[in-house]
Amino acid sequence: MTNAAVPLIQVKNLRKSYEDGATILKGVSIDIEEGDLVSIIGPSGCGKSTFLRCLNCLEYIDSGTISIAGVTVSRSLEEEEKDLDFDKKFLDACHRMRQEVGMVFQSFNLFPHKTVLENIMMAPMVVKHVREDDAKKQGLELLDKVGLSNFADKYPVTMSGGQTQRAAIARALAMQPKVMLYDEPTSALDPELVGEVLQVMKNLDRDGMTQVVVTHQMNFAREASDYIVFMHGGEIIEKEDGDVLFTQPKDSRTQSFLRHLNGVTY
Amino acid sequence: MRRLRVFLCALSALAFLALSALAADKPVLKWGGDSEGNVPYMFMDPRDDKIMIGFEIDIVNALAERMGMTPQFVHNGWDNLIPGLNLGLYDIALSGLEITPEHKEEVDFSLPYYKTFLQLVVQRGNPVRINSLEDCVGKRIGTLKQSYAFFTLVDAGVDEIRTYDNEINAYQDMAHDRLDAVLMDSPIAIFYAGFNTDLEFVGEPIGEIDYGIPVRKGNTELLDKLNAALVSIRDDGTLRGIYDRWNMWTPVMAKFFNDDSPARFGPDKFSAWAEYQRQGMTLIQRFERYVGFLPTFGKAAVVTLEVSVCAMSLAIVLGLLLAITRLFAPKILSRLATAYIEIVRGTPVLIQLFFIFYGLPNIGIKLSPFMAGVIGLGMNYAAYEAENYRAGLMAVPRAQMEGALALGMDKRQALRYVVIPQAVRVSLPPVTNDFISLLKDSSLVSMITLIDLTKAYGQLANTYYDYFGIGIMVAVIYFLLGLPFVRLARYTERRLAVAIRGNRSGKHGRDTTLRPASYHN
Repeated sequence: MTNAAVPLIQVKNLRKSYEDGATILKGVSIDIEEGDLVSIIGPSGCGKSTFLRCLNCLEYIDSGTISIAGVTVSRSLEEEEKDLDFDKKFLDACHRMRQEVGMVFQSFNLFPHKTVLENIMMAPMVVKHVREDDAKKQGLELLDKVGLSNFADKYPVTMSGGQTQRAAIARALAMQPKVMLYDEPTSALDPELVGEVLQVMKNLDRDGMTQVVVTHQMNFAREASDYIVFMHGGEIIEKEDGDVLFTQPKDSRTQSFLRHLNGVTY
Repeated sequence: MRRLRVFLCALSALAFLALSALAADKPVLKWGGDSEGNVPYMFMDPRDDKIMIGFEIDIVNALAERMGMTPQFVHNGWDNLIPGLNLGLYDIALSGLEITPEHKEEVDFSLPYYKTFLQLVVQRGNPVRINSLEDCVGKRIGTLKQSYAFFTLVDAGVDEIRTYDNEINAYQDMAHDRLDAVLMDSPIAIFYAGFNTDLEFVGEPIGEIDYGIPVRKGNTELLDKLNAALVSIRDDGTLRGIYDRWNMWTPVMAKFFNDDSPARFGPDKFSAWAEYQRQGMTLIQRFERYVGFLPTFGKAAVVTLEVSVCAMSLAIVLGLLLAITRLFAPKILSRLATAYIEIVRGTPVLIQLFFIFYGLPNIGIKLSPFMAGVIGLGMNYAAYEAENYRAGLMAVPRAQMEGALALGMDKRQALRYVVIPQAVRVSLPPVTNDFISLLKDSSLVSMITLIDLTKAYGQLANTYYDYFGIGIMVAVIYFLLGLPFVRLARYTERRLAVAIRGNRSGKHGRDTTLRPASYHN
């Protein structure tokens, strides 16, 4: 446990627009403590996925500051004007940030030309120069952890969506990240396969992993999360315990979103 | 070094020269000539295709002996003999090169060693009644490219001139009624048309042709030596003897050498060749002859294969660099790569080869024919390969790059371990296709003095007047050369295909093509 006074993730005034000028994030700030499991919900286009992708620099922020486990990525007009070397430093920080943060995608993104075990071994060997034996040992342990011991030599294409997503989680864990991010991890799965993936995430939570999940699985968000963040129009509207948020939403936009959910999918 | 040896090895198809070069440590007289089918000038001995014979070979040997030098032959296409000379590929050239004002602008010539004229040949019976140069106007006339005969026809106002690379094709085309007449140097007419009963000689001798030996401008030392040797073999009757034996002594020559003595030798070399032309062949003889070509084709195939494999290796590596530069490098480099691809794809590869081989020496870059061939073809094909790779790279979902970046890899690692291995699978079929194509395009290197399969085919077909059988043979060889590579590619494709099928993407997936723009920054 690190100093409790400093949250593991600190985000200040994050802004992001796309090239066409549409503003996606309008100054998002949030602190997330170590060991928390946080779900982010909100309507399509509210910026929740973009926010998550900013956290490991798959999208570059326009301005603001992100600090995760001691790595800071920040950007502002003044900094860019002052520092001729800014671009290089910024990209460098992004690269370091990604090594502290694991990411799981909706579309899995396993490497189809490699077996499951090779998928898991690759990044530690390439990025951290871990020896092959050690990478393999760790890989097998991780596969065991996500319940895929028998799948080490399978190719991703031969596996179900749930198995593939669990393998993707194992692959991200192999870099021993401080934080795991999930971008709609179960949206591409058949309903009966959703549970096995969520179970892996619950197990990780029990082990003390810090996790941020963008999700449409309201049940999961409500029961497994330490708290839920509701985003709308590029802003964080509410940050609240699940039961409270679902039963007594404060903001009218949250109320509207939940009413909609109940009417359509729930 | 090994490559150099193989290259030399290919040239030793002209083994007699290699042997004579080894024989003594006398200074070497490098001479250029067109080894492809110039009876009686220089051609493969029909009885042994490893030996080159011809009256010019006899003359070179006599001259070299008189100069105390060892002759060493360098092949080059007839059109390029003078550029090759000025490039320093060899120091003199003999191949029926006419002393014309155009030629004299570029090189200095020795005294003439042979004087002759142009001969009109028509179909038997002279169906269109051509008896003079004037009669040729409005008719279809064939001749050799860039020859004195060609310019004579142009000056005479003949507007339908068909030009050929080799003489046999012209005469055959006339026999097939595609031409009304053929105008060529008299020795060519005698040797190529004289035995064809479908053809007939008509008209008076036309024009005046002096064959001379070019040296580079200002190389007076060599020129003086050459002229002295020439005078010496003329005065002691050696030269006359050569012409007698090849049946080339004519009234024109008698007048030119001021020598009206009777022949000293019978035309044995001419007769041997003539008799060979008259022989019919049984199928078995024909088959044995084809088998006899195999060593020649084998050596040529090695050249073809070496040029192709080396050029393709270059194209594959350079193409990958170009594709990655085009997709992932900063804008200015990316534009440069695009420009390279567009320019190289948009210009003929033959021009590029000539530019590299004959043009670059002007700015001090001299390349061996092999290197020039490999670099020229390699750089050309790199442009095509780059586009194949680009297609392959674009076909890898962008999510793959993101997946790798999210694992902490940098862009280069992501490309190397994740994106490129997958792109290769997509690019493999078109790359294989290009290699087969390159295998055939490599025949262009014969234009810069290498003797590859196509050149060997030309030499043999021209010697034996057999474009049909030998043509099938060389086609089969090309096919067999490409086959292992096609098989290998299929096998690799099948093996690689295991995993790539059914690459899933999410229901709400983002743009899944690899869009490099967002990685620029």
